Amino acid sequence: MIKHKIHILVCGGTGCKSSNSDLLVSTLRNELIENGLDKEVQVVLTGCFGFCEQGPIVKVLPDNIFYVGVKPDDAHEIIAEHIIKGRKVQRLLYVDPKTKERIQDAKGMNFYKKQLRIALRNCGFIDPESIDESIARDGYAALAKVLTELTPAETVQIVKQSGLRGRGGGGFSTGLKWEITAKSQADQKYVVCNADEGDPGAFMDRSILEGDPHTVIEAMAINGYCTGADKGLVYIRAEYPLAIERLKIAIKQAREYGLLGQDIFGTGFNFDIDLRYGAGAFVCGEETALIHSMEGERGEPTFKPPFPSEEGYLGKPTNVNNVETYANIPPIILQGAEWFSSIGTEKSKGTKVFALAGKVNNVGLVEVPMGTTLREVIFEIGGGIKGNKKFKAVQTGGPSGGCLTEKHLDIPIDYDNLIACGSMMGSGGMIIVDEDDCMVSMAKYYLDFTVEESCGKCSPCRIGNKRLYEILETITKGKGTVEDLDRLRNLSEVIKDTSLCGLGQTSPNPVLSTLDNFLDEYEAHVKDHKCPAGQCRDLMTYWIEPENCVGCTACARVCPVSAISGERKEVHIIDAALCIKCGACLEKCKFNAVYVS
Amino acid sequence: MTKVKTLADLKKLREELQKKIHVRESGDHPESTVQVKVAMATCGIASGAKDVMVFLMEELEKRGIDSVVTQTGCMGYCYAEPTIEVTLPGHEPLVFGFVDKKKADEIIEKYIKNGELVDGIIPITYQSINENQEEGQQ
Ligand SMILES: Cc1cc2nc3c(=O)[nH]c(=O)nc-3n(C[C@H](O)[C@H](O)[C@H](O)COP(=O)(O)O)c2cc1C
Ligand code: SF4
Ligand code: SF4
Ligand code: FES
Repeated sequence: MIKHKIHILVCGGTGCKSSNSDLLVSTLRNELIENGLDKEVQVVLTGCFGFCEQGPIVKVLPDNIFYVGVKPDDAHEIIAEHIIKGRKVQRLLYVDPKTKERIQDAKGMNFYKKQLRIALRNCGFIDPESIDESIARDGYAALAKVLTELTPAETVQIVKQSGLRGRGGGGFSTGLKWEITAKSQADQKYVVCNADEGDPGAFMDRSILEGDPHTVIEAMAINGYCTGADKGLVYIRAEYPLAIERLKIAIKQAREYGLLGQDIFGTGFNFDIDLRYGAGAFVCGEETALIHSMEGERGEPTFKPPFPSEEGYLGKPTNVNNVETYANIPPIILQGAEWFSSIGTEKSKGTKVFALAGKVNNVGLVEVPMGTTLREVIFEIGGGIKGNKKFKAVQTGGPSGGCLTEKHLDIPIDYDNLIACGSMMGSGGMIIVDEDDCMVSMAKYYLDFTVEESCGKCSPCRIGNKRLYEILETITKGKGTVEDLDRLRNLSEVIKDTSLCGLGQTSPNPVLSTLDNFLDEYEAHVKDHKCPAGQCRDLMTYWIEPENCVGCTACARVCPVSAISGERKEVHIIDAALCIKCGACLEKCKFNAVYVS
Repeated sequence: MTKVKTLADLKKLREELQKKIHVRESGDHPESTVQVKVAMATCGIASGAKDVMVFLMEELEKRGIDSVVTQTGCMGYCYAEPTIEVTLPGHEPLVFGFVDKKKADEIIEKYIKNGELVDGIIPITYQSINENQEEGQQ
């Protein structure tokens, strides 16, 4: 057996692959062969490190060195300098956004210091296409344990006592759901993994499937044992080709090893998994719609009860859990319910993966214990706001959630606290907004998404959301009135109360929470016809300050609609009626004569 | 093809496979393992540092010591090459000069196993090879 002394981990997640990490891997391997080092140094293509924005990521172990933005051309220098001579390639080291220092050891990165990786434990650490690396990290040990040492009821008890709650958004007790499915009587039951992940900006489920597919397979088999199902289905979006490929490889390997199929571990337990593809409709992530879509029906939600645990796929009891929920199961079985429930807050146990996006320095995927504050996530792990701008708000829970502001920064994040603040956990998207972002526009952006994604079954959701969007559009165009704000509120309440599924019941949340937290911004739009953040184009006016204008004509020449008039060496004027607010004149003027307000 | 038929099969397989990624695990927990750094710049390689490094890796593993052996650039003690730096968990790093296989063997047996000092320690007037030990404390 070859044992490599140095391991070079190269990120093979979707983000880094799109910046050519495949070529980087082959170049590194070629360099090693040329230098006769291929028996000593191993190059491993891993899943996502959660640091996609600065990818491709390369980590060298055991030195624990973290390189960012590595290109195939850098391979030679990494081998020649770092591997052969032992000198780190300084220019590729990660730079701390605050101290501007190059971080010499990955342990010193604030991005990872406060993280606790349970669901992501193998992402960026093992080769997801190798079942052997998964087994080396205790893969399938939890399945072996439950099959050989525990009864289904005992296993369900562990999951229940761990306090794990669904990570797909609802936060329902996972153990309780397993118990209900187990108790439902039927000749056939199913285990479903919800990998539809449709929130804009969220990619935690995709990353887990890409970085550690075996953990999901193992957890689904454990669920099958607990509930009495021998068939598993993963509902995954067709837009996730890499996750699909890795999952297929993993299923094939598990079958070859006898970890899926008949008589697993010689215990008589049978279980196998198939994939089902979603076409990328957000509403198909809702469990009843998902089941209908798998049955070949329209992907529309239906009334609950009956819950899928009682009557799901093909009318049979079906346990539906989210990818991240499943990824927590094997560690809970191996390390115990007590260990898991010692992490987190009173009613939210364990960790949560968040996708940090927007105006934050370290955009990426982070996993933190429940109860971590927003301040820690945004300012310590996230490295603060880009370009030293001022923090304004963070949208959690995606299109179903709400925005949280400065005053919420020190609240421990968990399911209940977020709801109490008028937002929600959702699947874990966190979009950070700074002083330059207009909150009315943000609400409009989410409504645009909802209008697009509503399945159309309920009138309040289909028509009401469209009206909400139109009112917001009127306001951002400067044509809104004070009455519009009441209209927004009333309509929002109606939509929430009268829609069938979670999509409609939560879609007005971004409107309501921005109204609650940023009423002054709405008022500025409807009363003064001004956008305080300066983002709403229609509310901006461009004008030329006569004092500064030297009459160089630069602005007039660049204006695409000839809105600027004036003779050479004389003061120029913008005709507001013609101006389309493109900003070209502002950029062109060398004398600071063009102003926008 | 390996079929995992029993719990024992899985355990045996895991034990084998764990060795393959041990380097990664220990790199991830540097504070609980013995760290050995071998100076591998031109001067070190010329004086046989490579052999010493391989020797250290193999012997430490054979003798069951949880350790990480890495290479580093020139430590600035070219006259005393090959030099190695040894950090026991919870101890200050020590630098040893003129390390050949015999010396390496002595360092493992005496210093690493029992904490006994051996000849050849280079008096420290500098901190550590790792230029930025303090970083991270903010
Ligand atoms: C509009 C809508 C979209 C949803 N999208 C997802 C999704 O993409 N992934 C997911 O796991 N759950 C999604 N859910 C939640 C599921 O209905 C279901 O609660 C979840 O899959 C249960 O798994 P959990 O208990 O492990 O969270 C969505 C719900 C609604 C109402
Ligand atoms: S609330 Fe909206 S998305 Fe949900 S079922 Fe009704 S129309 Fe469809
Ligand atoms: S903003 Fe654009 S359209 Fe308006 S005056 Fe300047 S260049 Fe012309
Ligand atoms: S895809 Fe490489 S760090 Fe996320």
